[in-house]
Amino acid sequence: MALSKDVKKTLFGPILDNNPIALQILGVCSALAVTSSLDKTLVMCIALTFVTAMSNLFISLIRNHIPSSVRIIVQMTIIASLVIVVDQLLQAFAYSIAQELSVFVGLIITNCIVMGRAEAFAMKEKPGLSFLDGIGNGLGYSAVLLCVGFIRELFGSGSLFGYQIMQLATEGGWFTPVGLLVMPPSAFFIIGGLIWGLRTLRPEQVEAKES
Amino acid sequence: MEHYISMFIRAVFIENLALSFFLGMCTFLAVSKKVTTAFGLGIAVIVVLGLAVPAGNIVNTYILSPGALAWAGFPDADLSFLRFLTFIGIIAALVQVLEMALDKFLPSLYNALGIFLPLITVNCAIFGGVLFMVERDYNFAESVVYGVGSGVGWALAITLLAAVREKLKYADIPDGLRGLGITFISTGLIGLGFMSFSGVSL
Repeated sequence: MALSKDVKKTLFGPILDNNPIALQILGVCSALAVTSSLDKTLVMCIALTFVTAMSNLFISLIRNHIPSSVRIIVQMTIIASLVIVVDQLLQAFAYSIAQELSVFVGLIITNCIVMGRAEAFAMKEKPGLSFLDGIGNGLGYSAVLLCVGFIRELFGSGSLFGYQIMQLATEGGWFTPVGLLVMPPSAFFIIGGLIWGLRTLRPEQVEAKES
Repeated sequence: MEHYISMFIRAVFIENLALSFFLGMCTFLAVSKKVTTAFGLGIAVIVVLGLAVPAGNIVNTYILSPGALAWAGFPDADLSFLRFLTFIGIIAALVQVLEMALDKFLPSLYNALGIFLPLITVNCAIFGGVLFMVERDYNFAESVVYGVGSGVGWALAITLLAAVREKLKYADIPDGLRGLGITFISTGLIGLGFMSFSGVSL
């Protein structure tokens, strides 16, 4: 398959140019609470990318058969079924992580990225392209989440993926963990900063002044 | 009684759905530009959460949880894997019914809340509230208190943020932070403020 310009744009566009979190304001909902450690974040990212890609694929496949008056219900049913599959898989093969993620796996259903992409992209485009769009948006979401997770775990508890990188002061090392980063509000500050950085790099994303 | 009051306080301040679990963030950021609209949405969320959590509780106790179907003659049935699908259905149906009922009996309230009701179906705060109720094994009375309490908390948070954003309009913010960036940061600051309640216990 030749990687045409279109395909490339659908797949990689959402990472920097059209990031679902930073620009489209989609899917911030359930995500931020899982970023306190990297392994939770990674599992969440994989789950979300999978659900977005598959739901885009299936919805796009039947897009010509869905009556527009009941389309939301149809989309919801497809997404909810996919999330049930993911949840059952996690319960079976990664029980401890599933336990820690608790309700947030279920919350992928109401994650606006999945619904938003299904509504905005998959209802109009061909299945193959929709699938790639799902993966692309999943990657864009993962990029932001992994950044936040990396910062929070490294500076909040001095470890990455649970391995101690910087020796903590309480255990005779030199690093005093930043307590703020373990608390939920820190994720807001980090995302705010990331958006600032991104918009400084890409000035065309800056919002117009409100009059 | 004391148990319920302390639960209510916890749901409103300490375990605030918006600020410590990040639920309902999409609508939270999108509809918080004006205090009046934010307040309207907040009221709608209180009503829907106050109904959806107890409704979810009833369905969960009598139909979905393991062994719950004993009254119908299926003591071994375990339908808990259907939870997500059922709860989404309940919430969507509830919002639809509420919309029709308000339109028929309380048109003035319908006009005030009308545009927000459909938005609420996909609001993660509602779904999250229902799932937390299941996870924490609340009984019926507790689920009513929790539903209303967490709704009040969410409404309070969005109204506060809207008030802050109205004032932010006059501030000179660096270009890259304008709009979304500064909103995130102010939400974080409000969240920090709410965390100071965590020492409160009744």
